[in-house]
Amino acid sequence: MAILINKATKVITQGITGKTGQFHTEKCLEYGFGRDCFVAGVNPKKAGEKIFDIPIYATVKEAKEATGATVSVIYVPPAGAADAIWEAVEADLDLVICITEGIPVRDMLMVRNKMKRKVEQGGKETLLLGPNCPGIITPEELKIGIMPGHIHKKGRIGVVSRSGTLTYEAVAQLTELGLGQSTAVGIGGDPINGLKHLDVMKLFNDDPETDAVIMIGEIGGSDEVDAALWCKTHFKKPVVGFVAGVTAPPGKRMGHAGALISSGADTAEAKLAIMEECGFKVTRNPSEMGKLMKSLLG
Amino acid sequence: MKIHEYQAKEILRRFGIRTPRGEPAFSVGEAVAVAERLGGPVWVVKAQIHAGGRGKGGGVKLARSLAEVEQLAGQILGMRLVTHQTGPQGQIVRRLLIEEGAEIRHEYYVSVLTDRKTQLVAMLASSEGGMDIEEVAAKSPEKIIKVFINPLDGISDEEALTLAKGIGIPEGSLPEAVDTFKKLYQCYMETDASLAEINPLILEGDGGIKALDAKFNFDDNALFRHPEIVAYRDLDEEDPDEIEASKYDLSYISLDGNIGCLVNGAGLAMATMDTIKLFGGEPANFLDVGGGATTEKVTAAFKIMLKNPRVQAILVNIFGGIMRCDTIAQGIVAAAREVRLAVPLVVRMKGTNEEIGKQILAESGLPIISAETMADAAKKVVAAAKGQV
Repeated sequence: MAILINKATKVITQGITGKTGQFHTEKCLEYGFGRDCFVAGVNPKKAGEKIFDIPIYATVKEAKEATGATVSVIYVPPAGAADAIWEAVEADLDLVICITEGIPVRDMLMVRNKMKRKVEQGGKETLLLGPNCPGIITPEELKIGIMPGHIHKKGRIGVVSRSGTLTYEAVAQLTELGLGQSTAVGIGGDPINGLKHLDVMKLFNDDPETDAVIMIGEIGGSDEVDAALWCKTHFKKPVVGFVAGVTAPPGKRMGHAGALISSGADTAEAKLAIMEECGFKVTRNPSEMGKLMKSLLG
Repeated sequence: MKIHEYQAKEILRRFGIRTPRGEPAFSVGEAVAVAERLGGPVWVVKAQIHAGGRGKGGGVKLARSLAEVEQLAGQILGMRLVTHQTGPQGQIVRRLLIEEGAEIRHEYYVSVLTDRKTQLVAMLASSEGGMDIEEVAAKSPEKIIKVFINPLDGISDEEALTLAKGIGIPEGSLPEAVDTFKKLYQCYMETDASLAEINPLILEGDGGIKALDAKFNFDDNALFRHPEIVAYRDLDEEDPDEIEASKYDLSYISLDGNIGCLVNGAGLAMATMDTIKLFGGEPANFLDVGGGATTEKVTAAFKIMLKNPRVQAILVNIFGGIMRCDTIAQGIVAAAREVRLAVPLVVRMKGTNEEIGKQILAESGLPIISAETMADAAKKVVAAAKGQV
């Protein structure tokens, strides 16, 4: 089961022929059931060709019709990435994972509103993960994205985070302690994105194969607070929380476009306090995320 | 990216929003020449720096004669202007805006920004112009009127009218206010701004609406399609180290502490800073080397960090995911040799080929302190910065 993806998922890669797309597709193929899962690539100029033995189609729609794929991953450069997302949405896929970093905010704003309007008008809803995210992995089954596969281990802990390497840190700590992961999800560091902490927590709550979750946040925005407030009354499993950026100065963009303190409510301390109030076990020491989880599970 | 007030007003005029007549001046002579061209009995001499609060800091003055323009321009140009946004070190004034005077009947506030939560464009207006919107929000939040605009539809007459009426614009001036708000929205969208703010927006004696001060921030990700905005960049207003870092695709922000840190990934970089603080140290910077910690990037990063005379020790924390630890270790060793590193260096590496990486560091002959966890690394670097190695 896990959430969102498993070994039965069929994936289309948009931007498969670019340098980044090729590099990461090869790693994804080598991981778990990757060979069975990555069934199509998209590039209008190379339709009919193959790469890593994967057939290339001109459009997402054609790739979907030919292979039955329901998920796509995007490595398309920033200027064309929002159009690539919209192409996948128009093809009625279930889930689009956008790895691309540096997409203009206005482009994301437009595509997000187009996605919402499509659903309002009775169209099929496509979930978006990212952009500017490491992707998603269900260990020992399927890796879609740029995370190092070997640090993961199949198990029952969910991980959700905005940051890439901080997610790897949490995963590696869990694996070292013998705690495997059900699914690890990177929602990305951009201000306008698709799935948020709240959406992923809802999925983990309903997943019988997830026993507990590590939720990692950072400064800026209200995603972590929205998720914590919902979890207070609805979440049935233990949660370990960490928020990066206690030492970040206000008004400065800390690497991620969305990591910027703009009010008193979006500092790391403010978020940690609310998460604690909502029943999360929070730590201010990121080296302790795994140990804290282990202690909760007894 | 930020720009100056006079540049912001150029943009507003391009979109048809009225502003006082004025021109920038880079010297006292130019200031007087501009004032002569503008004519009139009164001029405003305004310091142009990227920080707000210029008036309170003494950077905005009224002149009633050309001689006074000359005297004030001489006084303000070159001054170190300290405002609540510049920090105690202030910012040197290198440019002025010389403007005609305006007859102010009322000062309003209006701004446009992108709301993360609703994923819509928010337009905010207030009857309390001329002061910080944060102050208004804290004291009298009911005086801020907000509308959320769906970018697929754009701003409607009705939305603009809700704002204009909500802040008490007199009946006769409503059409011009509505027109101004719609143009400001259009300007925000077309320039890929992340903030467009007019404060104050004034009602003049004759009922006209004008932008008396303006501020824009732009989305860095969209600058590739706006050469006209990039041309406004003023490097004098930016931190030289941050400019140097951006050349190497490094994300760098200087802080007040004495422990330099070099990390891959923004989240992990913040978490590393937090861990240093947790164990009693103070980070000297935020530095994200991104996905590829190559020798060239690590060398550039070391050089930038070491320019800061306060740095007493450096912590490198790399999660080698796709990139292997042995490659990173070679980069660190080469960089440390090239810059003749003289401060203690603590390295924590995790991920693929971790053991080979550690061996490379150990055999390098360099005094590198190796650490296992982030906490272990933080403790060691805090001790090293205090000279307790």
